[in-house]
Amino acid sequence: MKAGLIERLMARAVAGLVWLLTGATARWQGVAPDGRQRVYFANHASHLDFVVLWSALPPSVRAATRPVAGADYWNRDALRRFLAGRVFRAVLIERRSGGAPTRDEILASARAAVAATAAALDDGSSIILFPEGTRGPGGMPQPFKSGLFHLCCERSGLELVPVWLDNLNRVLPKGEFLPVPLSATATFGAPLRLEPGEERDAFLERMRAALVALWSDRPRSDSAETR
Amino acid sequence: MTIDHDLRLLLGGVLVLLLVASMVGEILRRRVTSDGGRATVANLVARINAWWVMVVVFAAALVLGPTGTVVLYAILSFLALREFITLTPTGRGDHATLFWSFFVVLPLQYVLVGYRWYGLFAILIPVYAFLFVPTRSALAGDTTSFLERVAKIQWGLMIAVYCLSHAPALLMLPVAGDAAGGAKLLLFLVLVVQLSDVFQYVWGKLLGRHKIAPGVSPNKTVEGFVGGVATATAIGAGLWWATPFTPLQAAGFALAICLFGFAGGLVASAIKRDRGVKDFGSLLAGHGGILDRVDSLCFAAPLFFHLVRFTFGDGPDLSR
Repeated sequence: MKAGLIERLMARAVAGLVWLLTGATARWQGVAPDGRQRVYFANHASHLDFVVLWSALPPSVRAATRPVAGADYWNRDALRRFLAGRVFRAVLIERRSGGAPTRDEILASARAAVAATAAALDDGSSIILFPEGTRGPGGMPQPFKSGLFHLCCERSGLELVPVWLDNLNRVLPKGEFLPVPLSATATFGAPLRLEPGEERDAFLERMRAALVALWSDRPRSDSAETR
Repeated sequence: MTIDHDLRLLLGGVLVLLLVASMVGEILRRRVTSDGGRATVANLVARINAWWVMVVVFAAALVLGPTGTVVLYAILSFLALREFITLTPTGRGDHATLFWSFFVVLPLQYVLVGYRWYGLFAILIPVYAFLFVPTRSALAGDTTSFLERVAKIQWGLMIAVYCLSHAPALLMLPVAGDAAGGAKLLLFLVLVVQLSDVFQYVWGKLLGRHKIAPGVSPNKTVEGFVGGVATATAIGAGLWWATPFTPLQAAGFALAICLFGFAGGLVASAIKRDRGVKDFGSLLAGHGGILDRVDSLCFAAPLFFHLVRFTFGDGPDLSR
């Protein structure tokens, strides 16, 4: 799908706005910003997370990178549908949140999410995803959902790049409507892979540890709250 | 703004100075052989290049008139406050307070400068914002390290907005019989304070032996301090013709600017050391962030503004 003029202008405008607000600085610590197909996975504490990660990518890489996002949020009104569908070209997935879904329902929606993401990879796109599944309070990331693992089983040899997003939980925290301008950085770590025969839980914990290791001034001992 | 002969001469002098600096940088780059020397020269060249950008932006704002200058300083305050708050831990309960600080208090302060409303300009942040900040944070209900969080926001507003806004406020000081008088006072202040920084760096690199405050900043030496302050004071005295001062008065003002500028740099170093960083930001290659460049100006500007106001400025513009 080729992006039209309006979509490209909107993309530039959004990236510019985020730059004004946060400076959106990228630190390419473990990889170079080239066009290789990758799965970027990051910590999630703010609606601005994927926009900042996306803005931090060079425009050519950005054009070939699609975020995985919750359909319930991005389908809510016409503007969001336009942004998600045409500007960010998001892979929208259904999340089971309301009610008490049965085990089968959860499994089915998880399978559909992995399949949709794998299809985007097959089109040659890179992917941005948040393995925590939902936004946390900031600080230490919550345990990872298993989607990342299943995706790696479906498509072997995937290059996984951890990205630590700093300060966005302060720019626009969960539950707030108005953003505050603070410098935010996206730190890109060294690529990782699913090792042959690696167990699900061990793999997810290894990915989470690699992500946290990029948090340069993480609290070593005491309160994580004031960060 | 009226750009008179004196202003053209001052800006021309800055251009010549930068050209000389760029040539010296180029010569040094060809001469050095050691790795350490190369790194120092690379940093020096990056600093000089950033100076070109800063001088062009500053001169353009000056040419655009008082509004241009006020808008430029408002942007500088915005970036400086962003750097300060980024480095300073605030909590969830401060979100609305920060929003007000960035998008209401900061613009309002510069609107007051633009409209020359001295009476409110002088107290907006020390009185009204000072009382508003803790109130808004208390309403948010989070009491964890309350005093600490509130004090940090108040500090950010005072340093990055209130103190810095005194530089463009010089434009509201009436100088007898000179329409460009305020602009020249501003240029005098910025030149002296920045040259003091530059020459403290140069003298420190050349002769620096005895550290002034090793626990705070390893780069500040007695030799650099004395040499830098003396050089910048002499230059300030030599610029008396652009100001309403006599040469001796100009030297006195320049000395006061240098001393307070040094204090600003020292305090900024202490904050950075406490937070475990070298620079406030990375916007200006070689210099660090905006706040790294204007820390000395933040301390020198209010002092210079009031010294001049007490001694030379009592015109109708300040009646409010």
